Amino acid sequence: MDYFLSEEQLMIKDLARQIAVEKVVPVREELDEKEEFPWEIMKALAQSDLFGLFIPEEYGGLGKGAFELALAVEELSKACVGVATTYAANALGTYPLLLFGTDEQKKKYLPDIAAGKKLVAFGLTEANAGSDAGGIQTTARADGDYYVLNGTKQWITNGGEAEIYTVIAITDKTKGARGASAFVVEKGTPGFTFGKKEHKMGIRASATRELVFEDCKIPKANIIAREGMGFIVAMKTLDNSRAGVGAQGVGVAQGAIDEALKFARQRVQFGHPIISFQAIQHMLADMATETEAARALVYAAARYIDSGAKDVTRASAMAKLFATDVAMRVTTNAVQVMGGSGYMKEYPVEKMMRDAKILQIYEGTNQIQRNVIAQALIKESAAASKGK
Amino acid sequence: MRIVVCIKQVPDTSEVKINPETGALVREGVPSIINPFDMHAIEAALSIKEQLGSSAACSVCVLTMGPPQAESALREAVSFGVDEAALVSGREFAGGDTLATSRALSAAISKIGADIIICGKQAIDGDTAQVGPEVAEFLDIPHISYVKKISGISEAVIRAERMMDDGHDVVEAELPCLITVVRELNTPRLPSLKGKMAAKKIEIKKLGLADLGVSEEEAGFKGSPTQVKKIFTPSARTGRRMAEGSIEEQVDAIIKELVERKCL
Repeated sequence: MDYFLSEEQLMIKDLARQIAVEKVVPVREELDEKEEFPWEIMKALAQSDLFGLFIPEEYGGLGKGAFELALAVEELSKACVGVATTYAANALGTYPLLLFGTDEQKKKYLPDIAAGKKLVAFGLTEANAGSDAGGIQTTARADGDYYVLNGTKQWITNGGEAEIYTVIAITDKTKGARGASAFVVEKGTPGFTFGKKEHKMGIRASATRELVFEDCKIPKANIIAREGMGFIVAMKTLDNSRAGVGAQGVGVAQGAIDEALKFARQRVQFGHPIISFQAIQHMLADMATETEAARALVYAAARYIDSGAKDVTRASAMAKLFATDVAMRVTTNAVQVMGGSGYMKEYPVEKMMRDAKILQIYEGTNQIQRNVIAQALIKESAAASKGK
Repeated sequence: MRIVVCIKQVPDTSEVKINPETGALVREGVPSIINPFDMHAIEAALSIKEQLGSSAACSVCVLTMGPPQAESALREAVSFGVDEAALVSGREFAGGDTLATSRALSAAISKIGADIIICGKQAIDGDTAQVGPEVAEFLDIPHISYVKKISGISEAVIRAERMMDDGHDVVEAELPCLITVVRELNTPRLPSLKGKMAAKKIEIKKLGLADLGVSEEEAGFKGSPTQVKKIFTPSARTGRRMAEGSIEEQVDAIIKELVERKCL
């Protein structure tokens, strides 16, 4: 399928693919096995300017948008979702600054992020605040020229490895969701440490860690937007990044199809390559069709985000939901097509299947995506009937 | 600081076949690449530039001699982060040996200006390893060949480790200086997006015979004392025999044969 990419978009895709093929594929199995953070690959991505893709030119980036980011994420995810998660979580952590930061904050942080000198992480989830972001217990108390943070963030991607953290904390308990605020916290700030490093089913190359704040004093200037804007910052951030999770789904699904196809053409049973059997053919046909549909939806959502549309919540939720459900089905079926071989670590599809699972969970479970989509439908329908 | 990197566009020899009748490379349908050793030369130049940082204004110019298609090799070099590109091109330069080639390249370098000139140790098609040192001779500057490590660089001096059969020499030379580099020196980087965008737009400086002040008699085929008489593919050796039996029997048979042939 031709999505009529511009010359620059093709360049971005080709470069991301080159990095995926030359730098990621040869080491992905080892990174997964050892749970090793992919610093070498991050350096290659930095050197290639890919960290600056979605950052405006005035802050040292390339001034592209969610669509170009999706193209890069898709290519990396074809090779390894663990690596792609590390890269994409960097964008997730950057969006609060990009969307709501002051010019001063942008000048201070974005050039280093664009150059890949500093990684970023986004801290929202806590032990008692997952799907229900209203359960946040981390607090930020105003104290003179400072805010003092206390609490623990859980399962934070790039935790410990990143230099810059955008964190949601409660500034006013009495106000519920309107009592949350967003902050930027730098690694090395006294009172800010890292807790347990998690061991995961998949995306094992990515780092997942607790952020621990104990009387952590940060300058007042580190607040993003205003007090009480924390949930809006978090929701708009997720609206922008969810299409990227969809792109991860498209990438890993495509990677699995490519492996299954290659295998099915070579594997001989009953005297014929198994790809000659209709049972296999139909599975592959469904896998390819679903993946193409997911790609079309992800690209459409990303382009919609880049159009400057005001409300992209539904579009990005749909792209995330559909593409990651497809990713789970397609990677599972790739293992099925390859049978016993697919289940073995000798082939990459078992890892792809393990990796795909997280896509249905993080940045809002797919059940939450359905809630979000349904709420948008209800709102739209109510508005329409009101107008009559 | 100004660095000139000399590169050559070569056929990707991993894909090349040789016509057994003419002995020439079959170039049709074979992709052209930057000579692999030259990739290390480009990387060396870019890392020197990065190392010097903003303390010294440093620019890297990539230079090649070849047909107009060689432009694509120059543009690829720009995608890695090279600042400028120059192409020595013209019919008169065709068929040049290493002498004619280095004469033309050194004339071009004089025109461009350079404090350091970096070349790959040799090209994978010709394999002579002569052009780098010959360029240095034409320019009357020192050269260090087979560099595997650059251990120090300043405005005036370069110190490098030259790979030898039995270890390495540490050589210090005054700038301007030419070095040729081996694979062990570094790992070439991937292109960058900004580089790729620059590569598309960059204007390549074209240098012809008149620009270089080289006479027609000194260029290309006419200016080449080396003439290729014949190219051939050595015929495969015949008469090979395999020893048979157990390992001991095979060894015995081979020793007996070697003694008979007075090799042992």
